[in-house]
Formats: sequence, structure tokens, C-alpha cells
Amino acid sequence: MIHCTELLDASVYDAQGHYVGRVRDLCIVPAEQANRIARLVIARGRYQSLLARYDQIASVGPGAVRLNAGELDLELYRPDESWLTLRKDLFDQQIIDIHGRKVVRVNDVGLLEQPVNGHVELHVMQVDVGLAGALRRLLKGVVSAAWLRAVEKRLPTRVIPWEFVDMIEPDALRRLKLKLPQSRLAELHPADIADIIEELAPAERDAVIETLDDATAAEALGEVKQGVQARILEEIGKERAADILERMEPDEAADALAELPADTAAEVLKDMEPQEADELVELLQYEENTAGGLMTPEVFSVGAEATVVQTIEALRRGPAPVDALDTVYVTDTGKVLTGAVPLGRLLLAVAGARLVTLRTEQLMFVDTEAEEKEVIELFDKYNLRSLPVVDSDQKLVGVITADDIIHRQWQRLK
Amino acid sequence: MFFLAVIGPGLIISNVDNDAGGIYTYSLAGARFGYLLLWTLIPMAVILYVTEEMAARMGVVTGKGLSDLIREEYGFRTTFFLMVAVLAVALGNILAEFAGVAASLELFGVSRYISVPVGAALVWVLVVRGTARVVEKIFLFLCVFYLAYVASAFLAQPDWLTAAYHTVRPTVEWNSSYLLLLLALVGSTVAPWQHFYLQSAVVEKGVPLDRYRETRADVLVGCISCMAIVFFIIVCCAATLHAAGHTEIRDAAEAAEALQPLAGRYASALFAVGLLNASLFAASVLPLSSAYVICEGLGVEAGIDKGFREAPIFYWLYTALIVAGAGLILLPGTPLVRIMVLSQAVNAFLLPVVLIFMLKLVNRKDLMGAWRNTRAFNAVAWGTVAAMILLTLVLIYLAVSGAPVHLTAQGFAGPPG
Repeated sequence: MIHCTELLDASVYDAQGHYVGRVRDLCIVPAEQANRIARLVIARGRYQSLLARYDQIASVGPGAVRLNAGELDLELYRPDESWLTLRKDLFDQQIIDIHGRKVVRVNDVGLLEQPVNGHVELHVMQVDVGLAGALRRLLKGVVSAAWLRAVEKRLPTRVIPWEFVDMIEPDALRRLKLKLPQSRLAELHPADIADIIEELAPAERDAVIETLDDATAAEALGEVKQGVQARILEEIGKERAADILERMEPDEAADALAELPADTAAEVLKDMEPQEADELVELLQYEENTAGGLMTPEVFSVGAEATVVQTIEALRRGPAPVDALDTVYVTDTGKVLTGAVPLGRLLLAVAGARLVTLRTEQLMFVDTEAEEKEVIELFDKYNLRSLPVVDSDQKLVGVITADDIIHRQWQRLK
Repeated sequence: MFFLAVIGPGLIISNVDNDAGGIYTYSLAGARFGYLLLWTLIPMAVILYVTEEMAARMGVVTGKGLSDLIREEYGFRTTFFLMVAVLAVALGNILAEFAGVAASLELFGVSRYISVPVGAALVWVLVVRGTARVVEKIFLFLCVFYLAYVASAFLAQPDWLTAAYHTVRPTVEWNSSYLLLLLALVGSTVAPWQHFYLQSAVVEKGVPLDRYRETRADVLVGCISCMAIVFFIIVCCAATLHAAGHTEIRDAAEAAEALQPLAGRYASALFAVGLLNASLFAASVLPLSSAYVICEGLGVEAGIDKGFREAPIFYWLYTALIVAGAGLILLPGTPLVRIMVLSQAVNAFLLPVVLIFMLKLVNRKDLMGAWRNTRAFNAVAWGTVAAMILLTLVLIYLAVSGAPVHLTAQGFAGPPG
């Protein structure tokens, strides 16, 4: 293993042992191979820089690079946007550590030397974000390379394997040219993606959102704090914003929309599917700190005559989200709420039982106008996990779940 | 509550600026030179606004802190040395804050061996327990104390005509006492750490570009209020201390005499409360923001919300700054006043360095696009850099050549006190 810092500014000698110049940068050509150092940029003072191809490198060591070609065989250097340069693109920049789920700054890059038919290929193995890399950068040229290596051995290392590194390139055009491998960010939990997004500057976080698909972006955005949420939605353009909002939980989407300036919000709504937009407009009418503002309109209910089998059938057909479901509500023909059946009871009941017979003895619900404080009190007092919300005609319009309450309280604690 | 709603980072920073070191520097300026140094206020206000606006603008446009940007554009080694300098200067300022704590409570007869450790522990706990944000607002509110100087200045019936004359007519004396105080004045109002703090605060607030005007207004209001306070402290001290022939400030009791026209025999109590507030306010902001800026620049985990396990270096740095700052004050015979004023001069040494980095960054097209500096801004900022370097060099020359140097004995702050 050799470190990029040890190679930068190293002296380059050609096949005859003549001094050519100093290493200015190491480049990857992602189009050829994703982790191989394909070119060395060699600076020659006031003369134009040269390029050494990967198969022209005979050997490398701390402070010295030997080529197997003469100086005249080397190409002239011209900057290429589609190359990834270690010093410019990676050193000191922020990257996402997919494994550690956070944003870190690069101190150094670790390269593996692989001898291949008479030349040495360098492969990027890891990114150094710890003390060892920092010390190497600081003391390079001040103390000898051997001494530095000995000291480093005693330091705790903090490295990220190259395959867990996600680069952030804010410029969309450049990102295309670089052909960066598919972001692995989407593998993370949306809440972790949200934490990462919150740590980035606007240009970078928009870039990250752009690499995510709508569904993942929607889930992640739902977890981002409100001020940041609104700014992201404004920055990514109304079409993308509309696509993402459609896939968010309606109550979260409504909260996000409420933070946008009125005219922007109107434009985004226009770009959404009419049905989803109507739902949001309805939600937006409620005050933020009332039961109406807290609830999601996506609530699963069945008629009083339904049996257990029919209810489960209905759930199977969808589209009700079942992951967070803990109670099935019973309504009469006029959609008026008449009962609640906890999922546990449904599970244990015989197949033909009618839901009316399974209802809880006491039916808890709140009006859309109910104050947030009142709602929280109910959750605490009766140990609720969800609470149905009805309008002035007692019709079931939505449900508040415990995670909404916890989220609100946590925001306040912060 | 409205007051709490409208305060922005600009206003906070300008009040942290008028800390223990600041109050003593302004008092000494008025006591020793009367109205003579008032001419510096207008150029300093311009410099303060221009440089703070640059930092705020960079924060809004790039969404990154100043140490982040320096790291990304100038690499690890440059950042490291700059951060070491920031650390040293921050330590000087923290030292000054604890000197302020010691000096103010000594007026009430509390020994510094009690007040300083208690103050340090208080600050540490407040910040680590996350209550600092709330307390910050209380400190800020208590800054109404500065109005006492305004009232006292009017009651002392200063020669307003002379004051006005010296505000617009520069007078320069080429001796080290005058120049050092001039440097300290600039260093305490345009302290280089505040640019780091301001930019990070703007980034954390997440101000969008189309609402940048509000931030700029906040910065402007902060600058004006800061300079107004400096003006009244100098005028007040000139009309009281200088007029009475007190050209030295040896301890807190002497500085407090400036408030006599307003508070009579309660002057020293009033001064003590004000100084204590200013010191604790800055002491709760400075170590934290310095540790934050340094860790950010070096790419180490930082933040109170991270916890000790996740961000050990941050916590050690923060704790060490407080312990060192408070500990050095407790060494026997530490001259409080001299430390408070000298720390401000050291600020001025670092200022041009930080400004050069800021100017390089703020004029980069790829970073700032259409939001680069105007020519007028560049002229003011580069002019400041040149002037500060020149002043520092002249001061060093005077010190080395043995010309009229008043750095010690009867000069800077009198006998150790």
C-alpha cells in the first residue's frame, strides 16, 4: 500500500534515469476502469505538463516514480473534465461514507501497487479520513517518509474502503461525464440519508437528491427538518418536487408544502396528479397545531357488516399501507366512525366473525379542530398508538399515529 | 419576545465583540488619549461592515463555513497552520474573558481563586448541557448595560464639538503606545474569529439567497450598534477619566470611575455587573465556536449534539480552551488589564491573514458566481490588509529599535494588577 500523499510532488525519472518532473496529480479515467490510476500528471515548471499512462509506470515509492518510457514518449497534458483527479476532486473534499452512514472529509487516498507485465498499476483501495492521513499531509517533506510510516503504525487508522465511498459532484454535467458508479446511498435507511442531507451545503444536497429515485427521495425528505425540506423542494425544480411530494406521506407532504412560499406551492400542486393534489389541499386547510394538521388522510376502514375474512381480503388488495397499520376502523354507510378493531383482535378472531363484534369497548377519537396538546394528552393517558380523526359530521377523515406525535415532540426538544 | 425573534447572528456577534478585552481597550483609548482616537471609528465601521458582509455572503452563497472553504481550496497543511493561529488567538481572547470575570467580581470583594473556577465550570456546563442558546439571549438582553455609558457620557458633559472634530479629523502619533492601542482598537472591533463565527451561523440558519437582504441588514445593524457603543465608551472615558487626569487604567475600579456621573457611588457595582455579563457572554460563545471552527477545518467530528464518544477531539479542545484560559488567570501576579488589551492587539495581527483568505475565496468565480466582491469592497478589504500589515511592521520596528517604547512599566497597563 502506498499513499497518494507520498506520490504527489514525487520526482519522476524516465527509462534512462533522467529527471522528468514532479507528480502533480493522479487521474482515474472512469470510462476505462473505475479504480485504476490511468494517468499521472507530471509538472515541469514553466513547460507544459506531461502525462504518463498507467503502463508507462515501472515502479513507485515514497517520493520517487520511475517510468519505463522515455520523456519523448509521453503525451502532453490537456485537462479532461471526464477524468477523476485525486488531488483536485478528492483531497480535502467531503464524501459520503456509505458504511459509516455519514459525511466525512478526505485526508488521503490509499493505493495498491499491482505488478502487471513489466509495469505497475495503481489501484485506489481506500480513503483515509483519520489522524494518520492528517499527520502524513502535515509532516510530508519535513520528516523522512520511513520515519513517518513508522509513526503511523502506532496511530489509530480510520479508512473507508473505496467501494463504500460515494462522491458528491454538485455539477450535474460533470457528473454525467464522470460516469460515477450508481450511488449506493439508496441502500441506506431513509432516516440516515436524511441526516447526511442535513449536513451538506445546498449544491451538494441537491446533487444527492438528484441521484435518488422518487420513492427513496420522498422517504428521506420526510425525515429532513422542515426548513431544509422547503429549500430542497424549491431548489430541485417544481416537476421533481411534485413527483417527490406525491410519494411522501400526505401529512408530511402537507407540512413540507406549507413551508413553501404560496406561489411556489401552488405551482408544485399544479404539477401533481389531481387526486393527490386535492388530498393535500384539503390537509393544508387545517391549522398546523390541530388534529387536522397532525393526521394523515390515508386511513383504512371497513363497513360494520364486514367479516374478518373480508377485511383481510381488502387489506391484501391494497392500496392501504399496512406496515404501520395497527387498527382497523369501522364506519357506517355514511362514513361515520362507529368503532375500532385493533389488529391483534383481528388476528385471533375466527374467520367468519363480523367486525362489529370485535370493536373495543370504548371508542377514542378527536375532532379535526382539536388542539395538539389535547391530542398528546390522549395518547399519553390511554397509551394509544393511533387515534382516528373525524370532521364536524362525525365522518372519519384521517388518523394520527404515535410516530407523528414523537416526531413533533422531538423537533421541539431539539 | 419580539426582540428575541428579530436578533440574528450579526447582532449577537457585534455584542460578543464588545467583550472584556473590548471594554478595557475602549476605556484605555478614552482615558489615555481623550477624543484623539475617535477618528478611527468611521473607517473601522466601514471595515467591519465590509468584512462581515463578505463572510455572511460567502455563507449564504456556498452554504459552507469559512474553515470548510479554506480546507477545500487550500488543502490540509495551510488549514492546519491557520487553525493553530486561530487557536492561539482564541485562547488569548478567552484569557481576556476570564480576566474580566476575575476583575469584575474582585470589585465585589470576591477572590479570583473562587470566581474564575466557578465561572469556567458554569460556562462549561451551560454549553455542554445545551442550554447555551437560551442563556445567550439573556446575556444579549443584559447588554443594555452599555446604555449606561451613553447616559454617563451625556451626564459628564463632554466637549461634543471637540469630539465631533476628532471623529472626522485623523491624528496619528508615531509612538508604540498610541499604535498598539490603535491596533488593539481594530483588533477588538474587527476580531478575525468573528468572521468564522458569523459565516458558520449564517450557514446553520440556512438563509436562502433570495432572503439574503435580511442577513445583510442584520449585519449592518450589528456593525452600527457595535460602533455606537465604542463611540460612547471612548467619549465617556475621555470626559471623565482623561479630563480628570487619569490617563492610566490600572484596575477595574479605575475603569469603573467613568460611570460615576451616572451611578455615583454605585459606579463600580454597575461596571462590575456589566463587565461580568460581557465576559461570561463571550466566554460562552468563544471556546465553543473556536473548537467548532477548528474541528470543521481539520475534518474532525464536531458539535454539542454529537456527544463525547462521537466527537472526542471536539470536547477535549473545548474543555482545554476553558481550562487553559481560566487556569492562566489564576497564576499569581497575572496582570489582568494588560492581558485584556494585549489579546485585542493579537487579534489585529491575525486579521490580515484571515482577510487574505477571505478575499481570495470571495472573488472566485466558480464559488461565488455573480456574488463576487465589487471593486469598492475589494479596495476597502485589500486596503485594510495593507494597513494592518504596515501597522504591525511599524510597531515591531519601534519595539526593536528601542524608540519610545511604553510596552512595559509606565506604558501599557501599569504595574501588574
